[in-house]
Amino acid sequence: MLKILKYSFYDLMRSRWSYVYFAFYLLLGIVLLFLNNDLSKAVITLMNVIIVLVPLIGTIFGVMYYYNSKEFTELLLAQPLKRSSIFLGQYLGVALSLSMSLILGLGIPFVFYGLFKSSAIWDFSLLLITGVFLTLIFTALAFNIALSNENKIKGFGYAILLWLFLAIIYDGIFLMTLIMFEDYPLDKLSLFGTMLNPIDLSRTLILLKLDISALLGYTGAVFKQFFGTNFGLVVSFATLVLWVVLPILRIVFKSKKKDF
Amino acid sequence: MVSIQNLHKKFGKNEVLSGVDLNINKGGIFAVLGPNGSGKTTLIKCVLGMVIPDKGNIDVLGENIKKGSNYRHKIDYLPQIANFPSNLRVKELIKMIKDLRGNTTIDEQLIDLFKLTPFLDKKLGNLSGGTKQKVNIVLTFMFDSPLVILDEPTSGLDPISLIRLKDLIQAEKAKGKTILITSHIMSFVEEVSDEIVFLLEGKIYFKGSISELKTKTKQPDFEHAIASILTNNHA
Repeated sequence: MLKILKYSFYDLMRSRWSYVYFAFYLLLGIVLLFLNNDLSKAVITLMNVIIVLVPLIGTIFGVMYYYNSKEFTELLLAQPLKRSSIFLGQYLGVALSLSMSLILGLGIPFVFYGLFKSSAIWDFSLLLITGVFLTLIFTALAFNIALSNENKIKGFGYAILLWLFLAIIYDGIFLMTLIMFEDYPLDKLSLFGTMLNPIDLSRTLILLKLDISALLGYTGAVFKQFFGTNFGLVVSFATLVLWVVLPILRIVFKSKKKDF
Repeated sequence: MVSIQNLHKKFGKNEVLSGVDLNINKGGIFAVLGPNGSGKTTLIKCVLGMVIPDKGNIDVLGENIKKGSNYRHKIDYLPQIANFPSNLRVKELIKMIKDLRGNTTIDEQLIDLFKLTPFLDKKLGNLSGGTKQKVNIVLTFMFDSPLVILDEPTSGLDPISLIRLKDLIQAEKAKGKTILITSHIMSFVEEVSDEIVFLLEGKIYFKGSISELKTKTKQPDFEHAIASILTNNHA
């Protein structure tokens, strides 16, 4: 698996898109720091971008890489290699190269701006950690979609729909249910609903860490009570890990049964 | 060498293989023939473990293929369409496959044989179809495995390379290897193969030598013999 990972990673590191992605974050980091002139504020703005963009890029890259390397995968399948190691190697290759573009692209401008001397370092680290988690989750979901759909166009369609659903539609539905059932106590439900969507979960984690939960009112207080504690933090990270592990297990399972 | 029992495979409603029984003995060149969609590639891919059969059993060199991926160390496979990661250079691809399968020195002779030296530093995405096929052939033959499977090996090759390929196949046969070929070029099949296996509608219609096929179909030459099978069965 490590060999496949190495070559996939190497292959992607030399593709133009990795550089475009890297350059985008580099530029974003520099511009935000220049405009905000403040590390903490830049982190908040960055969060809003990352929460939406990282899943999108992860999904698109994952699907694109899978379909583009189809013939190469067939070459590998004829070699004495386990199927699970081929697909996990490719998945990790994509996910890690995307994560690296993210970490380096954002890290470099922030480090030069004086991140290590600032108090925002923990907020920033949390931002990067959730960014990496989102990359791992959405690339794994993308591989699942691509493995289940022979048709490229369908695969892309489903991938975009998935992103649209989790990034935008889910929030809409969530909000609607909260309004519809506003007569009932909803704090448990809203906590639960937040945990189910990795994008929402990441956003909440960062917001609460940034100590702006006061803006969230009563729900914010409930959230703070839960996510602010160590227990909440552990549960949140466990949920994120589960969001990574479950799709990966399905990749292994699905790839074993697939015909090429 | 390869024994296949009662192999069934369906893709959706389309039954591609319906009960294939085939024994391939050690040594010699076997051609798998059949009209488009008769299941040639599916059969080969089943042997390689790329297609998972619905029913049936396959043994390669006495080892059941369901038991793991190690048996593929003994198989060299030339896929039908050669498409490699376009960012890699030829040299790197060869190095990588060596890294995955174990070291070998035969690749240098093969690179010489197919005059690939000037292309070693080129990216695979910039190569022509024929050159890609040559790289594909080098990758296939550089491991000295007892079973060689070639899916349409002639596609895109120029006449000189075709002659070299034929020589190479004969040389491999002389080493006592078993070679399995699919091809639509009947003259090529007639020239190289010792025995043919004819697939029709998911079953083995004929297995034997070319001269046996000619007597069976009462046709003077190989191409017409094949054509007569097809017309008699699809009339």
